[in-house]
Amino acid sequence: MGELVLLKNYRPDRPATIDEYRRSGGYEALTKAVLTLKPNEVVKQVKDSGLRGRGGAGFPTGIKWSGVPETAPFPRYVVPNTDEMEPGTFKDRVLVNADPHLVIEGIVLAAYAISAQRGIFFVRPSYEMDAELIERELEVARNAGYLGDRILGSEFSFDITVHRSAGRYICGEATAQINAIQGKRPHPVKGGPHMTEEGLWKRPTLVNNVETLSCVPYILRHGPDCFKGLAKSEKGAGTKLYTVSGKVCRPGCYEMPMGTPLSEIIEGPAGGMLPGAEFKACLPGGASTGFMSKEFYHTQMDFDPLKKAGQRLGTGAIIVFDRDTCLVGVTLNLIQFFVRESCGFCTPCREGLPFVLDLLQRIENGEGEESFIPMLREMASFMDHAYCAFAPGAAASVHHLLKYFMDEVQEHISRKQCPFKSGGPSVEKREE
Amino acid sequence: MLPKELKERLQKQIEENEHPREEVVNVMYAVQNHYGYMSDEALCESASLLGLTPLELEELATFYDFIYREPVGRFVIHACDGAVCWMFGEVSVVDYLCRKLNINMGGTSKDGLFTVLPSVCIGYCDYAPAMLINGEFYGHLTPARIDDILEKLRIEHCTLVPDR
Ligand code: SF4
Repeated sequence: MGELVLLKNYRPDRPATIDEYRRSGGYEALTKAVLTLKPNEVVKQVKDSGLRGRGGAGFPTGIKWSGVPETAPFPRYVVPNTDEMEPGTFKDRVLVNADPHLVIEGIVLAAYAISAQRGIFFVRPSYEMDAELIERELEVARNAGYLGDRILGSEFSFDITVHRSAGRYICGEATAQINAIQGKRPHPVKGGPHMTEEGLWKRPTLVNNVETLSCVPYILRHGPDCFKGLAKSEKGAGTKLYTVSGKVCRPGCYEMPMGTPLSEIIEGPAGGMLPGAEFKACLPGGASTGFMSKEFYHTQMDFDPLKKAGQRLGTGAIIVFDRDTCLVGVTLNLIQFFVRESCGFCTPCREGLPFVLDLLQRIENGEGEESFIPMLREMASFMDHAYCAFAPGAAASVHHLLKYFMDEVQEHISRKQCPFKSGGPSVEKREE
Repeated sequence: MLPKELKERLQKQIEENEHPREEVVNVMYAVQNHYGYMSDEALCESASLLGLTPLELEELATFYDFIYREPVGRFVIHACDGAVCWMFGEVSVVDYLCRKLNINMGGTSKDGLFTVLPSVCIGYCDYAPAMLINGEFYGHLTPARIDDILEKLRIEHCTLVPDR
């Protein structure tokens, strides 16, 4: 399976302790960094490693970090983000529960790199158990000198608190999250200065996904090239947590080299399709990515190869659908989710998505008409004019449904009912 | 009215934070726990503790999934209706719960014990279908397992409150 960076201390029954983490080389990177490296040397190594953000957007991490100007005011903040609320995504929960100190070390290293004073760990309400675990382990790290005043005897001081959210998907969006922490309504904010210059309380702020941050200790211990070499894809770097759910034998979270082909993930650790089930499509990276049909079955799961195939890696949350699952039904479910979670701030999203929902609902109910198809396409395209990336993400499944599974949509319309609820789709389609 | 002790604890918590507004969600949770839900009274008291207008707080209270502006039952069920749970629910968990408890979505069962709310993905897709009850997670649900869980909670509750 290749070398493990993130889940090497994984145990099925409990999180690794600080001693177990240390025995595996944990906190060596932090010791080396605060005692021998300058902050900009840490940034440079992360830049050289080719690490890209694992929260969905895939922005190069080192470049983001270097967005904090050296002359920027203090205090500076690091906001590790575990607010995964996208269907199919649960990697951060697994990671925090496998090796909490790896996550903590990653955060402290990011803080050192931008000379931050305070970290705010943003946790969603359904992960309350994890919030308590993090709080407990933060105290352990504090007592061991890895957190708090003058870390490991150096000049650098930094501490982390846990911020509990009351639960909304949009809080996962970095700018909305900053609003949420500040006690404001969590709307996204567009334009204006970058958050690395003016974020939380108008101070430089780094918002990073915890999987991204957890790669940093490895980079500093083994060097950027070593990290790069872990990937399978040409320009890829490191390993990736792929969460597989849906119609597979062993749904779960697996660490594989970045760029592992989809087929290897499904047939390897995920144990293949459930008995009797045949792969039809998957969402490669959670609900805001589009359907990937069988023709992409061997595509490498990395940012660039997927982009080339017209797909997105997103969070690497692979939801697998089989031949017997109605994709109009799936799309309907996804749009329902987005309608409910829209922050309601801008019109295309607030008004447009319910319109899409209505069209899909009627098609699924057998009341669909041919004219709905261009309407769906048009409405989905309008989402590009929305204020934040939420609405285009919501439209992805609709676009891909119409692109790759038009026969399924059309069969709903011509049969005037959902073919999957009435004895399955037509025989020819099944034998394709 | 909030008990003096709780009020003072929250006041201290707010004062100790360099940015008092950061405590909004914590205060809402604490006050909601006391009243059982975010009643109008709870909302006004939370707002005055934080130095916000009730309207400012209302904007937040109505936005968040885990703040309840209406009375809820002893057990709040956040039933996941995300794509993965949906795919595995022959009859979706949400539908089953509502039928079983004889309520509509968002409603509370007649005995005042259970409230069912739809939830975005709760992050346990590898255990789909799944739900949270008072924040605790239950996975691999089937109608039979749901029946067992509800029954167990009912019994536990009756032992705790014998004359109910
Ligand atoms: S696209 Fe949707 S979530 Fe984003 S700002 Fe507009 S309404 Fe809010």
